[in-house]
Amino acid sequence: MNMNRNQSYHRGRIAVVCLLSCLLMLGLTGRLIFLMIFRSQHYSQMAEDLHQRERTIKAARGRILDRNGTVIATNRTVCTISVIHNQITDRDQVVKVLSETLGLAEEEVRKKVEKYSAREIVAVNVDKELGDKIRAFRLGGVKVDEDYKRYYPYGSLASKVLGFTGGDNQGIIGLEVMYEEWLKGANGLILTQADAAGVEIENAFEDRVEPAPGADLTISLDVNIQTYAQQAALKVMEEKEAKRVSVIVMNPQNGEVLAMVNVPEFDLNDPFTLNVEPEEGSGPSRQDLLNQMWRNPSINDTYEPGSTFKVITAAAGLEAGVVKLEDTFACPGFRIVEDRKIRCHKVGGHGGETFLQGVMNSCNPVFIDVGQRLGAERYYDYFTQFGLLGKTGIDLPGEASTIMHKKENIGLVELATISFGQSFQITPLQLITTASSIINGGNRVTPHFGIQAVSADKTRVHRFSYPVKQGIVSEDTSKTMRYVLEKVVSEGSGKKAYLPGYRIGGKTATSEKLPRSLKKYISSFMGFAPADDPQVIALITIDEPVGIYYGGTIAAPVIADLFDNILPYLGIEAEEEETVSAFRFYG
Amino acid sequence: MSKNKKRSKRFYDYSLLFAIVFLTIFGLVMIYSASSYKAQLTYEGNGAYFMTRQGAIALGGFVIMIMVSKMDYHWYAGFSGLAILVSWALMIAVTLVGREVNGKKRWLGVGAVSFQPTELVKITVIVAMASLITRIGKDVDRPAGIVRAVLITIPLAGIVAANNLSSGIIIAGIGFVMMFVSSRKKLVYGGCVAFAGLAIAFAGPIGNFLTQIKLLKPYQMNRINVWLDPEAYPTTGGYQVLQGLYAIGSGGLFGKGLGESIQKLGFVPEAQNDMIFSIICEELGLFGAVSVILIFVFMIYRFMLIASNAPDLFGALIVVGVMAHIAIQVILNIAVVTNTIPNTGITLPFISYGGTSVLFLMIEMGMVLSVSNQIKLEK
Repeated sequence: MNMNRNQSYHRGRIAVVCLLSCLLMLGLTGRLIFLMIFRSQHYSQMAEDLHQRERTIKAARGRILDRNGTVIATNRTVCTISVIHNQITDRDQVVKVLSETLGLAEEEVRKKVEKYSAREIVAVNVDKELGDKIRAFRLGGVKVDEDYKRYYPYGSLASKVLGFTGGDNQGIIGLEVMYEEWLKGANGLILTQADAAGVEIENAFEDRVEPAPGADLTISLDVNIQTYAQQAALKVMEEKEAKRVSVIVMNPQNGEVLAMVNVPEFDLNDPFTLNVEPEEGSGPSRQDLLNQMWRNPSINDTYEPGSTFKVITAAAGLEAGVVKLEDTFACPGFRIVEDRKIRCHKVGGHGGETFLQGVMNSCNPVFIDVGQRLGAERYYDYFTQFGLLGKTGIDLPGEASTIMHKKENIGLVELATISFGQSFQITPLQLITTASSIINGGNRVTPHFGIQAVSADKTRVHRFSYPVKQGIVSEDTSKTMRYVLEKVVSEGSGKKAYLPGYRIGGKTATSEKLPRSLKKYISSFMGFAPADDPQVIALITIDEPVGIYYGGTIAAPVIADLFDNILPYLGIEAEEEETVSAFRFYG
Repeated sequence: MSKNKKRSKRFYDYSLLFAIVFLTIFGLVMIYSASSYKAQLTYEGNGAYFMTRQGAIALGGFVIMIMVSKMDYHWYAGFSGLAILVSWALMIAVTLVGREVNGKKRWLGVGAVSFQPTELVKITVIVAMASLITRIGKDVDRPAGIVRAVLITIPLAGIVAANNLSSGIIIAGIGFVMMFVSSRKKLVYGGCVAFAGLAIAFAGPIGNFLTQIKLLKPYQMNRINVWLDPEAYPTTGGYQVLQGLYAIGSGGLFGKGLGESIQKLGFVPEAQNDMIFSIICEELGLFGAVSVILIFVFMIYRFMLIASNAPDLFGALIVVGVMAHIAIQVILNIAVVTNTIPNTGITLPFISYGGTSVLFLMIEMGMVLSVSNQIKLEK
């Protein structure tokens, strides 16, 4: 029998093998149907989650407008220039065009062009014009992406108030950070597909979520007043070789800040360049210097207010009824409190004087006496009632708190020094806010910039509201204080702030900086107008003037000059010619 | 069959030839689609690297196939002893001095030329077993014959399995199917199949037991765990399986379209190789995947016809061996890709990238065609 015969049982077995194979493949087909039909959604979703990449589209940041609608912070389109190694067709041409157009060193550009990476950024914040120019070359592998960059048309104007934004368009200091939530808007999204290395797949289906631009913020600042106040501050800073000059102008009735100048300001469009040459050697670090430059001394720094604070002592005395305008005092040029001899600024003394004259003369012994009449406890209570212990609540970040004695630590000497504005520290803003509240009829206002936020499509308007605490002094006291302070300017130590035709109230101060041995001063003047119905109040502080440092001599004229310009602008007209000529006669 | 020496027309299975050509070209297209992303990254922008390489070898293999198909298959039966010696020599060589890729010594090579001896072992086992079975005749059901068959197959399968478990399984499987076809016994073979089925069904508990008695290495047990629940091991071992399932699942009914796979962009490892079927699923959908399976079914059907009509048992057994090889490899590959069985590296015949594989497949096809060519059509 031939063993090599292909017999029928072999054929049967072959058929069995074939059938079994087919059955197994049928089974696998069933498995495929299960996976690709019934589990399809599950696995597609998991795969999509794996592939999807989000790319954000920056939302346009809201603008900042002044009270008249002048744009003071806006966005400018800038370009980011990058190269994609794989897509570059002509390296030399790319290097040549980019280095020439952008003014970059050729080696630097070449290094980036030749670097093997998905995307190499060559330059950021390039002007749109330059970006368009580069785009016009149509170079393979060169990408020009447009982006928003914050732009401040007025450069350094109100720099420490407005603040600036960082690389991601987020607010860093000032109003930009305070109103971040309103201004920033919501970024949009581009959802694309990417490969395992995270590189986007070209021509893949894209999903887009449009960005929502931020709301426009209207603030109470007035560009014209700010500009004028800045010029005046710069002028006096130069003349007196002062370190810094700050001017705050606000509406005492509602707390709207019209101007807040802190010279030297810095360029908001270039906030990382120091506005002074750093000292050689082991000075503070560059970051410290930058922080110093960005600081807003009107609210971030405290000082001893000195004589301007006598406004508060006088109001407290009058409100408590411990003193009347016609009460008489005697000033021998000093007052002995416990074992201390506290001098008046007039060495020979003012002699006998009424309280009104005492205020006009800014006589220390008079205020020491008023303070003693009130007593430490009551004085401290008024200090609290006037809102001096807390912060003003202004809508700017980093406001400094008042530095004050503890109530139980206030002895007679401390009380005496507090009475004429020494031995404690407040911010200039705290002083002007408290003074506003005293002269406006006793309403403690919250100083602020933000007025309203309007959505980009103008459909939604949000008006900001601020708390007002009523009755911190009576209307009578307020009225008396307005009268007294008008007298200070018309006939007393604030004469240099006098402006023909206007009723101006005010108070001067010259504070000695600590330590006293340095003989450094802060000269200040706080003035308001019209004295009978204050619409505007201004405070100037001149830090470390050289030469004559009396507030009444160097600070008061600056406010007079400022008022001379801004009062007509604010619609506060000078009174009758007659009065003007009469004062001219006297002047 | 009468020994009629009259001129009789000889058969040549052009249907099978067409199926081979179609699958090879389809494979090239899919290799290009699945590998161009990786090729561009690896070979400096030459996206067609894998395809051109595979195409050249396939073309050479095609010529060899035609040549083999025109030879009398009895001629190389005499070489089976030599083939076994060469296979052993190469397998020992690859174990000692083989190139290590991914921790496995599977490649033997000099310079730029390298090949996987396991593919040669498969063809050796087919020819040697066919030759043995025809020689021993009825001894195939007697212990002496079975021992001889086992001695040819199992040691070779064992040395292959040391570095390539799935190839070892295929080799053992080929031997088993060839024995089954030539045997008259049923129970033993049925029992073996049933045992294998049960082993897969209870792989979890069995694996645990084998791991405890240290017969199974922890990494192998891990594969079983991954197989049971791939989503629980997305990064530790389940990555490849899971990425394959993502690809298959996102294909849906009609797929994303040729070339539109995203999973091939670096997500599915070995996209042009072991996992190419998952890319076919993603791009061509259930429709395309079933079409591919149907072509393999057609191929197996043609093998059956040729084996049934082969002029002698030797020819029939060669075709059966090749059929077993193709069927086992296709079934295992699709089963692995669809996570029907635990993951093991196995390629899809004609479609997956692999020069040695395609070359030896072509030789096997040549052998089958040569058997078909010996079928005499009586007029």
